Amino acid sequence: MAKTTLEDLKRIKENTSARVESKNAKSLLICGGTGCHATGSIPVKEMLIEEIANRGLNDQYNIIETGCNGFCAMGPILVVHPDGVFYEKVSKKNIEEIVEKHLVNGEIVEKCLYKDPVSKKRIPLQDDIPFFAHQMPRVLRNKGLINPESIDEYIARDGYQGAHKALTGMPPEEIIEQVKISGMRGRGGAGFPTGVKWDFAGKSEGSVKYVLCNADEGDPGAFMDRSILEADPHAVIEGMIIAAKAINASQGYIYARTEYPLAIRRLQTAIDHAREYGLLGDDIFGSGFSFDIDIYQGAGAFVCGEETALMRSIEGKRGMPRPRPPFPAQKGLWEKPTILNNVETLANIPQIILNGGEWYAAVGTETSKGTKVFAVSGDVNNIGLVEVPMGTSLRTIIFDIGGGIPGKRKFKAVQLGGPSGGCIPEQHLDTPVDYEEIAKVGAIMGSGGVIVMDEDTCMVDMARFFMDFIQEESCGKCTPCREGTRRLLQILDKICDGRGKPEDLDALEELSAVIKDAALCGLGQTAPNPVLSTIRYFKDEYLAHINEKRCPAKRCVALLKFEIDPELCQQCGLCSKRCPAGAISWEKKKPAVIDKEKCTKCMTCFSVCRYDAIF
Amino acid sequence: MVSVLHPQHPDITNDMWNEIDEVIDGRRSQPGSVIAVLRECQAIVGYLPVELIDHIATGLNLSKSRVFGVVSFYSLFSLKPKGRHTVKCCIGTACYVKGIKETLSRIQNEYKLEEGGTTEDRRFSLMSVRCLGACGLAPVMVIDDDVHGDVKPDKVDAILEQYA
Ligand SMILES: Cc1cc2nc3c(=O)[nH]c(=O)nc-3n(C[C@H](O)[C@H](O)[C@H](O)COP(=O)(O)O)c2cc1C
Ligand code: FES
Repeated sequence: MAKTTLEDLKRIKENTSARVESKNAKSLLICGGTGCHATGSIPVKEMLIEEIANRGLNDQYNIIETGCNGFCAMGPILVVHPDGVFYEKVSKKNIEEIVEKHLVNGEIVEKCLYKDPVSKKRIPLQDDIPFFAHQMPRVLRNKGLINPESIDEYIARDGYQGAHKALTGMPPEEIIEQVKISGMRGRGGAGFPTGVKWDFAGKSEGSVKYVLCNADEGDPGAFMDRSILEADPHAVIEGMIIAAKAINASQGYIYARTEYPLAIRRLQTAIDHAREYGLLGDDIFGSGFSFDIDIYQGAGAFVCGEETALMRSIEGKRGMPRPRPPFPAQKGLWEKPTILNNVETLANIPQIILNGGEWYAAVGTETSKGTKVFAVSGDVNNIGLVEVPMGTSLRTIIFDIGGGIPGKRKFKAVQLGGPSGGCIPEQHLDTPVDYEEIAKVGAIMGSGGVIVMDEDTCMVDMARFFMDFIQEESCGKCTPCREGTRRLLQILDKICDGRGKPEDLDALEELSAVIKDAALCGLGQTAPNPVLSTIRYFKDEYLAHINEKRCPAKRCVALLKFEIDPELCQQCGLCSKRCPAGAISWEKKKPAVIDKEKCTKCMTCFSVCRYDAIF
Repeated sequence: MVSVLHPQHPDITNDMWNEIDEVIDGRRSQPGSVIAVLRECQAIVGYLPVELIDHIATGLNLSKSRVFGVVSFYSLFSLKPKGRHTVKCCIGTACYVKGIKETLSRIQNEYKLEEGGTTEDRRFSLMSVRCLGACGLAPVMVIDDDVHGDVKPDKVDAILEQYA
């Protein structure tokens, strides 16, 4: 097809919306995100196609492989439309039954339905499952609904209408004005107002400018951007087209993590289709405006998510940050004015342009507008992607949507903001998600990773974990970060090994203050946060490690004796059966005993013992 | 292309050298392409021997130190040969909280493997990575291109045995 026009968009929408919008369309939506692929959704889909054909139901049902549905821990997921019946953990074995019972006879297959962890009831409809019911999908509006490899299905959901409006009817100032009104703040972590950033770059002199998309998603435990790219890649492309028009750029790059092969493949397919439709390339919509996008793959360096480092990496150099100013809006990639935005930020833009900045800003708090996507994981029942209005409390996210903590264990803390963030304890769970409110309790909004930890997590060990990460990923350019984080890690190692001294706590705090002040980039400036927030809320755990040489959560190997308390031991023998080193002897009706000579301290016995008898 | 003699290397066949030259030729005029070239060449050979790095530097008209600097900066690149199968254990936050440490130490003990090392029979290489974006399945391990979720220490043997 040559140049797409508004009429074309409308026609494609009409032709395709029969499936995605109609109340009566019969579709089988099988999740094709990274998570569901891993649990076997591809063979399930193949089997489904075969069964449907065997039954002669081909004409009645569309089988669609969607992007990430968001409820990753329940995969493979199959949703049957129009009713919206949600089947979880569907295996090849279940397919025959689902086709026979549900599609032919109209009866729901009870055993594949979601079971509420609290009420223990089965819930048939996706919309009734608390995990989905409390969400407000805006960025994720297409997830699990459309085939991400079909540009027509994106167009059927109003895709590229925002770009059309921006390119044919809005001067750059007006685009920027709407983004400012929306109150949109960068979703990559720092929360800088997007409209203001675009304004700077728009005013910079230069005939060559760049729009970059940060798809590096380096925070461990965060998978929002991956899911957006896998489920709705065109939304990101459309956002970049609008950004390009706003600052008058003609070339864009998406810097994507190499660990996300599926996202990269879908993005490339989307770019190819957009080019075919004339939505990328010369003279888009006949507006005279031209823009194209290429993908750049990272090569495994966390610091490359930082804006100046990312630009150096695209230039083919070692990805090290440089001091600002000059800001990228003045001198960025190849020394040209450049804007960099996060995947989620950009995926919001088409809706903001289409519906207006005020529509977007109607939801949220005073300083944090719209919705935010969180990746909820760790010790929580409902693991997955959650999009809620800003201002929602952490408690709602973890307990109402996330379904609380598995088993009978208690909540201990929630980690927000990855290696730059902090741990928030029980008493602050009513904090609303809002850039300023979260900062007040010692964490940061960050990019959206929410990691829930139960009482079996050692907070000193978590601080050590993050410092180990930072220390490994520090690029080495500035001394405070390179040497300071190494020293912090040494102290934390010492404490976890039982060699900590009371003065170590002061040393940690003092050193943290210096690193925060003196480091060159955000990596170092925020690196002490996990240490400071755990000292602030869990000082007693540090003190137990230091003064009593005891790890209350029983996670620090050096502080464990690897002995069994005969009083607590229920003589079940499970530890003996599971020990890979054969180090535990047990006879019926006798407590088990660990042979320390043979023990490799692998911790298996600790994880299998249900009676807390090993210490 | 500029004709360059191919250095001898036991791990790089003539066919590989030809493929490598195609990669370099295709990307020579693209600014900043060195990372992409290194990635594609590593995919051909399995790792980046010094001779190959030199060859790439010459081909892209960059100094050897510049290319070497890039190789040493990014964790994707390896200067050492890898085993037939690469085991990547995720030590991202979600996987850590869910106990990847125990899984990792089980692999290290049973297969006598260090992180970053390769078994003597070159069957497995062990690497740790930070978050594969599959946190919903934590703890996660990727062998070659297969993602394995919920890998408790007990399951390690059965999974690794599938890879000869
Ligand atoms: C060490 C470090 C790592 C970062 N990693 C990412 C990342 O993976 N993804 C991201 O979008 N932003 C990341 N950022 C933030 C970016 O520097 C930048 O602020 C952001 O991409 C701008 O887009 P936004 O305004 O839309 O958020 C990182 C910053 C630092 C200091
Ligand atoms: S932390 Fe392991 S996949 Fe994200």
